Amino acid sequence: MAVCIAVIAKENYPLYIRSTPSENELKFHYMVHTSLDVVDEKISAMGKALVDQRELYLGLLYPTEDYKVYGYVTNSKVKFVMVVDSSNTALRDNEIRSMFRKLHNSYTDVMCNPFYNPGDRIQSRAFDNMVTSMMIQVC
Amino acid sequence: MCRAAEAQHSSPMEASAGGGCGAGPPLLLSDGEQQCYSELFARCAGTVSGGPGSGPPEAARVAPGTTTTAAAGPVADLFRASQLPSETLHQITELCGAKRAGYFGPTQFYVALKLIAAAQSGLPVRTESIKCELPLPRFVMSKSDGERRIGNPAELLGTKVQIPYLTTEKNSFKRMDDEDKQQETQSPTMSPLASPPSSPPHYQRVSLSHGYSKLRSSTEQMHPAPYEARQPLGQSEGPSSGGPGSKPLRRQASLIRSFSVERELQDNSSNYLDEPWRITEEQREYYVNQFRSLQPDPSSFISGSVAKNFFTKSKLSIPELSYIWELSDADCDGALTLPEFCAAFHLIVARKNGYPLPEGLPPTLQPEYLQAAFPKPKWECALFDSYSESMSANQQPRDLNRMEKTSVKDMADFPAPTQDVTGDDKQALKSTGNEALSKDVSEDPVKLCSFPSDLPLFCYRSYSSTSIEEAMKRGEDPPTPPPRPQKTHSRAASLDLNKVFQPSVPAVNSGLLPPPPALPPRPYPSQSEPVSEGDLHPQLNRAPSQAAESSPAKKDAPHAQPPSKPIRRKFRPENQSTENQEPSTGGTASAATVKPHPTVHKQSSKQKKAIQTAIRKNKEANAVLARLNSELQQQLKEVHQERIALENQLEQLRPVTVL
Repeated sequence: MAVCIAVIAKENYPLYIRSTPSENELKFHYMVHTSLDVVDEKISAMGKALVDQRELYLGLLYPTEDYKVYGYVTNSKVKFVMVVDSSNTALRDNEIRSMFRKLHNSYTDVMCNPFYNPGDRIQSRAFDNMVTSMMIQVC
Repeated sequence: MCRAAEAQHSSPMEASAGGGCGAGPPLLLSDGEQQCYSELFARCAGTVSGGPGSGPPEAARVAPGTTTTAAAGPVADLFRASQLPSETLHQITELCGAKRAGYFGPTQFYVALKLIAAAQSGLPVRTESIKCELPLPRFVMSKSDGERRIGNPAELLGTKVQIPYLTTEKNSFKRMDDEDKQQETQSPTMSPLASPPSSPPHYQRVSLSHGYSKLRSSTEQMHPAPYEARQPLGQSEGPSSGGPGSKPLRRQASLIRSFSVERELQDNSSNYLDEPWRITEEQREYYVNQFRSLQPDPSSFISGSVAKNFFTKSKLSIPELSYIWELSDADCDGALTLPEFCAAFHLIVARKNGYPLPEGLPPTLQPEYLQAAFPKPKWECALFDSYSESMSANQQPRDLNRMEKTSVKDMADFPAPTQDVTGDDKQALKSTGNEALSKDVSEDPVKLCSFPSDLPLFCYRSYSSTSIEEAMKRGEDPPTPPPRPQKTHSRAASLDLNKVFQPSVPAVNSGLLPPPPALPPRPYPSQSEPVSEGDLHPQLNRAPSQAAESSPAKKDAPHAQPPSKPIRRKFRPENQSTENQEPSTGGTASAATVKPHPTVHKQSSKQKKAIQTAIRKNKEANAVLARLNSELQQQLKEVHQERIALENQLEQLRPVTVL
């Protein structure tokens, strides 16, 4: 379903970014990068007092003519960004949410691994497989 | 009804399945199908009184009996041989009505077979799907149907002939093992729904029967999933060599179990296909020992950081270790239980021995499997001599370690968290444990990676002596005696330090110590003395303290302290001379005061004296340093004040310059 999935660390550098190889990957990288601004905007808009109540799922960040970009932030300010093809019959919000939830769970599993240093690139095969499954579903 | 139909075994019939199956549709069976099904049914019904688990492993019972029901056991086996996932098989049994009827009559059986064929062809398990023309169901290692497409009557006959050769096939099983193993290691965990790769006909023909037969003959139950690899996809099987005929026999010969899927999954222990991933008994014991070295309680967890440090010693690369962790930590909680730990350890061992890491956790390494297979770690294992020896050797340092840990905790100032791997003491402790264990590694029949002990034992030594001194200085309650240090103790090789010091610690407390450092506040005598006394002060104080501690008459101390320097100086040589005599008596005196340690005075007084001199020296040094510290602090204060003054001046001058 997703065309590109990225995990961005708190300091706004990518921990993991993967896109379907069909297209120019650089374009997706750029889109993810620009979406970070939107994410920050949304986070700050919620206000500091609401940090606990802030919902993790940010929703549609911004649409382009070809793609839609969705965002999700964890409580530790790790961001998940997902780029979805617009031509794909409109994925329902719930589906996107569930995909993010799966991402979050896999990310937590990666963190649980003591050999993973937070801040490293994510190289876990289990995480890769999960992301692949999410991306392949389109086909 | 269906009963009537049963009478017509070999004749083509149209099983009015509706009768027996209730809602089942009429079955239209082709000739080939008829024959196959009746054969199968005959085979299944061959065993008398086919109750679950009642069939002992008997040979030749092929004769199609006149029983009208197929035994649940062989039927179950046959179904499993079809290599369909268990849910599908469940569905099939339900659909064909056997569950409702409670038995496998011919109608039910035939419907079931047809459904199996349908499922194997990829059709959903529905009653409608059996209405169409279907290929025969395929059964691995089952009889004639086994690998055949549309019926091949010739083969049917051929297979029957194979039965007598059954027993000889046992020998070929071992041959097959390797093939199986290879096959399996390449695809160790296959989900039942994964499309099996089509194996070459040769392999399929040869190994299918043998492998399966061998497995069948084992006492453990078969798991169909691993054999999907061999399931041919549209392969024409020609004369399946010898296998098919033997299979029904085997089937009946094997232990008959009821058709329960759950048990199937649980009894998934016959995995000699996963040889590299199987944990042998000895390996298991070794892993358990290692687990205990990290975490004494075998039923609790090893935390992630502890495990990480431990596994890092294996010198595998971090990404590999990370991957192994991912595989073995099944519940992804960042901690390893005993089975998870064993799995991780085994993977590391395998990796070190050159096996590539699997894609998924092999079934033999699953935590449930490990827990079931080895319910209790046998701590007192006497299975292998090497282990029993090593264990006794291990226990000593381990006991010491534990005692050390408890004693360490008692010393308040000593930051010795048991989990502090980086700490000197911990590493020393661990190294003693690991050293003993790592010796086993080299002897271990399983060539394991050696986890070298990083720190030599002398760390242990220095730690214990320092701790005691600190404790004395702190003037706390006498710490619980640390265990006898290793023989390599520098200060007092065979002396149990604490036994010596226990009497002396309280004496020291009441005796004299220079006030500035963290020393116990002395009573009257020391407090009257000024700090600047300097070196002599501690020495002199110590001298009388020695006298005080050694002699029960502690009044000497007060008398000794208040005199001024010169007097003290004089007193000092006196004391020193008396001191020389005292140690000899000191031993006895301290022994008198320390009743629970009668052995103390047996220790040579020389050692005691040596310790006391050492203590004295350390106290002196300490006092010197403390003085130095106070002096430097004074200087620091002065410098601060100067700086403040200068800054003030600067502030005053600044407005002038800015303008």
